[in-house]
Amino acid sequence: MTHHRLSTRQYAILGLVAVCAPLGDTFLSRGMTSLPPIALAHPITLIAAVFTPWIAAGIALLIGFFASYLTALSWADLTFVLPATAFGNVIVAFLSRFWLHEPISIQRWAGIVLITVGVGFVAQGPSLTERPAREVELEEEQVR
Amino acid sequence: MIVPSPVALPGPWAATAMIAAIVLSSTAGEVLTAAAMKSIGDLDAIRARSGMPGAIRAVVTCPLFFAGVGFLALAFFSLLFALNHLNLSLVAPASASLTLVTNAIAAKLFLKENVDRRRWTAAVLVCIGVYFLAH
Repeated sequence: MTHHRLSTRQYAILGLVAVCAPLGDTFLSRGMTSLPPIALAHPITLIAAVFTPWIAAGIALLIGFFASYLTALSWADLTFVLPATAFGNVIVAFLSRFWLHEPISIQRWAGIVLITVGVGFVAQGPSLTERPAREVELEEEQVR
Repeated sequence: MIVPSPVALPGPWAATAMIAAIVLSSTAGEVLTAAAMKSIGDLDAIRARSGMPGAIRAVVTCPLFFAGVGFLALAFFSLLFALNHLNLSLVAPASASLTLVTNAIAAKLFLKENVDRRRWTAAVLVCIGVYFLAH
């Protein structure tokens, strides 16, 4: 298997994937918890929730995440890109520790170490599965 | 200002169903989207060749992409619904961890990705790490 090396620009795109997703989720959570409980019988109220400020900001961040995620998927495997999204949790934990001065328990530090080691494992390997050119052509014809 | 009214938290089965809905729809969406992007090719190269409009055109003319986005939208609204009933500290790590494992299985089965021992180890480490981080 060929070892696909990523460029600095591609690492930057993976960084955007990692940062935008957890920040977007946090904004969504802040917005949804300030709303009254939504019943399954009234799903239309979920649509109305989309236009509240916190949720709208969360969606904007998630759009940024999705654009960088799609770009990353065009040159790397899904199982290579996904751990990068989990690495965002580590970034948020470091921000909360050193910027917001929140305490981090030993269990959380253990989580940070495990995610970092896991992402390191994947990053050391190839970013894309090599496949025979004929097989790829056949699949592209099927999609068309 | 809307004041949230106090409600009882849903039972374990309802919580499991909400998280399962997020995980399954998210996995389907991510696998379909990844398949779409692989069939389109390197977006950076397409953008260098035919500009941003060319890259956008390549994405929005791929039917697989819309199938993926449909499932991702379903996952998003399932997430909103779950966040309205459950705590973020439960929903985010549970869905993120489980999605990593289901995606690794689906990527091997449907995308024929080379999910070798290194990637399985990484998926499991990240899965446990996300769980620890949220508790």
